[in-house]
Amino acid sequence: MKANLIKSKWESIVNDDVKMNKYLRYMHKGKALLFSIFKGVILSGIAFIILGPIISIVSNSFFSPTDVYNPSVFLFPLEPHLGNYKLAAMRLDYFKTLLNSLIYVAGVTLIQIFITSMAGYGFARFDFPFKKLLFACVVITIILPTHTIMLPLYRHFRSWDVLGLISLFRGEPLNLLQSQTPMYILSLFASGLRSGLYIYIFRQFFRGLPKEIEEAALIDGAGTFYTYFRIMLVNAMPAVLTVGIFSMVWQYNDMFYVQLFTMPMDKNLTFRLSTIQSTISFVDRVKDPLISQLYVYAGVVLALLPILIFYLFLQRYFMEGLERSGIVG
Amino acid sequence: MKNKGLTLSQKRSITGLLFILPWLIGFLVFYLRSLIQTVSFSLSRIEFAETGGYTSTFIGLENFRYALFEHADFNQILVNSLVDILIDVPFIIFFSLFIAILLNSRFKGRGLVRAIYFLPILLGSGAVAQTLELATQNIQGGAAAMVQEMTPASGVNMDIIIDVFLDLGLPIRLIDYVEGLVSRIYEIVRASSIQIVIFLAALQSISPALYEVSKIEGATTYETFWKITFPIVSPLILTNVVYTIVDSFVNSEVVRIAYETAFSSYNYGLSSAMSVLSTVMVCIVLTVICVMISKKTFYHN
Repeated sequence: MKANLIKSKWESIVNDDVKMNKYLRYMHKGKALLFSIFKGVILSGIAFIILGPIISIVSNSFFSPTDVYNPSVFLFPLEPHLGNYKLAAMRLDYFKTLLNSLIYVAGVTLIQIFITSMAGYGFARFDFPFKKLLFACVVITIILPTHTIMLPLYRHFRSWDVLGLISLFRGEPLNLLQSQTPMYILSLFASGLRSGLYIYIFRQFFRGLPKEIEEAALIDGAGTFYTYFRIMLVNAMPAVLTVGIFSMVWQYNDMFYVQLFTMPMDKNLTFRLSTIQSTISFVDRVKDPLISQLYVYAGVVLALLPILIFYLFLQRYFMEGLERSGIVG
Repeated sequence: MKNKGLTLSQKRSITGLLFILPWLIGFLVFYLRSLIQTVSFSLSRIEFAETGGYTSTFIGLENFRYALFEHADFNQILVNSLVDILIDVPFIIFFSLFIAILLNSRFKGRGLVRAIYFLPILLGSGAVAQTLELATQNIQGGAAAMVQEMTPASGVNMDIIIDVFLDLGLPIRLIDYVEGLVSRIYEIVRASSIQIVIFLAALQSISPALYEVSKIEGATTYETFWKITFPIVSPLILTNVVYTIVDSFVNSEVVRIAYETAFSSYNYGLSSAMSVLSTVMVCIVLTVICVMISKKTFYHN
């Protein structure tokens, strides 16, 4: 009798526990579900904000002039055609300009990687007087807006001279404006587009690498520069990739230096893009802004295409590099 | 003796200097000299000679006085862009931290979503961005959007929502703030992409053991966020604030007006004064904010 009572009591307790557990589990699952729905909504909403303009540009670039004035057309053109692309590519002189700007961007990027990684390595591994002060100067170059020094830079390259040597031989200083040389020179001395940031990235990365690698190389008889070149730089591949991608994309997109040094139009695709609307309305007599805009869209797609392809291929390394390269001080 | 008594550490310091030599030359020639020149330009009147040279006469603070008190809209633009930045910064920081936390958790298609979120880094500056901005103004596509505007039958009417909030008795300032943020959402998303990356990298550096322990001890998600995630991420909030302020100042109207003054009206002195003024302004804002934040930051090593 007593045993029975205890048994039934025990069973009811177990039952309650099972119920409770089930209840808790449902609660938990429900919460998780709600959270993931919430996350999905927010993430896809913001992804739409980012992608929206790109989608609309791509779809608009296929519109024909009649589609523009057809109010029932939304995103999908009724008469898609490639005419916009043809004219835009012709007015941009696409392949030639693209090739020129790619050469320029690649050249500057290679110089940037080489010089800034050297400086980063120097700051990460060596001790020399005023090191902290000098590194503070690097940080200042990151923070200082470039427009503060744009006038002196402009004047400097307007009459370019090294210690008076050039005016000694030529009689007058060189005018380096209207060419891409100033950008190459600036990058060569680690003062190019966001060089400070790259130095910072490299320094953080090199600091994270174990010292034993270098010591082993030293014992095996490698010189300092050999070690840096053949061992450290290879080990710093994630940082090199990050800086490389950043530098390429930003240089490709850059307008500030291009305008400041009035670089030639036929060597810079994005700069040329900024004038395509006026070129087309002037040369091809497309006076309607709504229609000449279609050519701008086509031009934007053409200009974006190399970056997007590049990004799709290197996207994985890029993110890995960003996460590992210790932008995170 | 071949080495003339150079110790090993001296040799190493010379090698180190050799490594940073290109940067050092660049810094001295291009940055330091230019900065000094900018300041001296801003204190003088520049007149051009036919040959491309120029003469400068020292006029003291005249350029600054002109820029601040007589120029038609410089001081307004300066104040406006400053206020804009101060409004945007807190939101950008919270937004990017929030998104970084969402992106940090595991879910299907995370790689794709991340790739999309990092796109603005690539497209966020320069010529393409300018053209994209133009297209964003009619996000639903050129003429179609105009037709929609003329017949507001579909779509969300902002005014009604704003009226509802006004009726609820919320303060007008708050509504204005939120409304401003909503209408600039694209710019804010675009401006916060690097910050998202930085926060994401920080979040991934947190060891999962910390979360496990706190879960076993019975901490709620809310508590874990404030006691673990936030303190570890907090040094980066400072980094991100600095980055946001600098970046938005570079893209602000002040730069444009300084540029135009220099290259359209050829008033180098005035333009330099504007640059110096805005730079000093940024520096003051940065120092104040850094001091404010760094007091509350937690450094774990």
